[in-house]
Amino acid sequence: MTDTATAVSTAVTTTPWVTAAMITPLLAPLAGAVVVGAAGWRRATGCASVAAAVATLVSGGILAAAVGSGHVFAAGRLLRADALTAVMTIVIGAVATLATWGSIAYLDTERARGHTTSAHARTYGILVNLFLATMALAVLANNLGVVWVAVEGTTVATAFLVGHRRTRASLEATWKYVIICSVGIALAFLGTVVLYFASVHAGAAAAGGGGLDFDTLAAAAPHLDPDVTRLAVALLLLGYGTKAGLAPFHTWLADAHSQAPAPVSALMSGVLLSVAFTTLLRVKVISDGALGPGFLRAGLLTLGLATLLVAALLLVGQRDYKRMLAYSSQEHMGLLAVAAAAGTDLAIAALLLHVLAHGLGKSVLFLSAGHLQLAHDSTAIADARGVLARGPLLGAVFGVGLVALLGLPPFALFSSEVGIARGAADAHLAGPLVAALIAMLVAFVALTRRGIDLLLGPAAPDGPALRLRPTVAAPLVVGVVACVALGLTAGPLEHLLTTAGGLLAPR
Amino acid sequence: MTTAAYTDLLHLAAGLQLLCAVGAVWRRQLGPSVRLLSAQGTALAAIPFVSGLYRHEGHLVGVALAVLVLRGGMLPWLVSRLVPTIVRPAADWTDSGRYAGSDLDLDLDVPGSGSAMRPEPHAHDDPEETREPTPLVSTTVSLLLTAALTALAYAVSRPLVTLDPSPATHAAPAALAVILIGLLVLTTRRRAVSQVIGFLTLDNGIAALAFLLTSGVPLVVELGASLDLLLAVLVVAALTGRMRVKFGGTDLGELQELHE
Repeated sequence: MTDTATAVSTAVTTTPWVTAAMITPLLAPLAGAVVVGAAGWRRATGCASVAAAVATLVSGGILAAAVGSGHVFAAGRLLRADALTAVMTIVIGAVATLATWGSIAYLDTERARGHTTSAHARTYGILVNLFLATMALAVLANNLGVVWVAVEGTTVATAFLVGHRRTRASLEATWKYVIICSVGIALAFLGTVVLYFASVHAGAAAAGGGGLDFDTLAAAAPHLDPDVTRLAVALLLLGYGTKAGLAPFHTWLADAHSQAPAPVSALMSGVLLSVAFTTLLRVKVISDGALGPGFLRAGLLTLGLATLLVAALLLVGQRDYKRMLAYSSQEHMGLLAVAAAAGTDLAIAALLLHVLAHGLGKSVLFLSAGHLQLAHDSTAIADARGVLARGPLLGAVFGVGLVALLGLPPFALFSSEVGIARGAADAHLAGPLVAALIAMLVAFVALTRRGIDLLLGPAAPDGPALRLRPTVAAPLVVGVVACVALGLTAGPLEHLLTTAGGLLAPR
Repeated sequence: MTTAAYTDLLHLAAGLQLLCAVGAVWRRQLGPSVRLLSAQGTALAAIPFVSGLYRHEGHLVGVALAVLVLRGGMLPWLVSRLVPTIVRPAADWTDSGRYAGSDLDLDLDVPGSGSAMRPEPHAHDDPEETREPTPLVSTTVSLLLTAALTALAYAVSRPLVTLDPSPATHAAPAALAVILIGLLVLTTRRRAVSQVIGFLTLDNGIAALAFLLTSGVPLVVELGASLDLLLAVLVVAALTGRMRVKFGGTDLGELQELHE
């Protein structure tokens, strides 16, 4: 299938509303950062950060309505939005809303216990907002190089967030995170440079637009030199794979996600991984056009299955509930890689639903885990047993989140996993599918056992009561409601996901 | 400039950069390693400079100057400030109950701040902090690996040279070798500063490759990437400072708390 043509979408007329919806996800968090920087982190500025996240969510909705099956430009073609951009903006906005909202209570509690100071809370508030802006840029930029700049920007913005707790362990996690991700992403830059070389050589740069614009690259794909493009795509896969938590450079993930403050873990697990992964979907369009779908499929399957296997094995015998959640994210990233390898319309649509459902479910779980960690000053499952008896609401939220994460009906991960399996079967990937299902079954059993132990196990006699004040519980409950709602009906999202699937699948 | 002179100068610059990278593998003293890094950045800046002169493209000469300032001057200087390691008194941290430093803690060990408490480079009390401890891989083996990696770089970069055989792309394998050597330094060294040197070597190699293949990447990407690099080095500098406070040194072998 070397004659594969890439899906080409058409430019849609940009209205001022659409332009605003493309610029808001960048500017609103920046404004949030300025507000927190000027006034410090307090309830009001925290609410401003939540407002910025909600603005991002609303912008995603507007984009979804506006782009249809085409794409729009803003800011002199520096920004570009299509159905995939709309989905990812919605995911960023939704998870960011829960995470910034949860941050208010989290930092309040930390401050009340003397774990953090006003200055550190202010740093946290500034960096979380910058983190959101860099992620929005990563999905909105119209240039593979600018996407790279944004993704590396997320590493810089999150470094001190991972180290927020200032313990030896968090410092160690930060160091590994910054070094491994910077090196991984440097490989992606090398891939970008090599791809640019191929693109310039194919005359793409002269044909108008930069040689790294997505439309230019997709149009030039059939003319790119195959050997050079192979080298570039392999480097891009390794590089963005590192940032998405795919094996073999996944070792930073569990450390960083377990040491970061809970709302930041929610953002990193829930969206940052998938934002990095989205870039691979963009690369896939170019790779499929230049090399046929076989090349990247082999790479994605290898990395995806290796990731699933590693994550499943590390989930067995996991004694730390935050690390457990982190390895579960890794498992889901492995599954996304398998779905992308399948690459049919259906598989990609299911992949994107999976990203949204996993983002919401994982946020609820990490935010709940944050309250557990604050109450017990430990992330060992053994120290926090019997959650349901000591705090029925927190226990129920964690339990529902876990059921959603396990992919049981009626939650959306059930339908997305079925969709991915059907897509993989359509693409004649029965062998890899069976391997993936076995790894997922192992992970399922491990997560269930640990979850039951945590929720229903015998509580220590001096275990603290886990009562949540209504304002603290609100983001958790809203998150659970969102998970359930998404499971019952994808509603208008369904059309958006199918459109995005159609854009990205090879024709 | 004649084509022959252009080719010679270009290859000289790429070769010098490779030589500096090999030097970083050979030397275990951190001071000389940083000077080699600076030389490497200067050799890198020579590549767009020579190309700019040869092709009469003024903007490339401008880019070359910016690269010289950033990679030949600023970044090695930032790294050099990390070398004269002082074991900061633990009381510094515990007394105040928090890190000394501003909101972002970026000023820890970053030039321009806290210089009052920094002794002269030669006056610190722990000589072991200024050099690599017994390496994980011996110097001889490392140098042999370097040779192997250079050969590998020539093999891997063949498609690049074949696609567009020109004086510049013929030097591309050297840049790729620098990248691989940077990875080697990064993975086999235990001092935080050595890892930073390895990372910057890797990054210099990528920049050299970009200049050799396509006279650099589009300007907006170049600017963004440089800003990211500078910020990343500042972050790592601050982390090194924190590490010294928490661990009393920068031996990364100390980082053993998190594992399965």
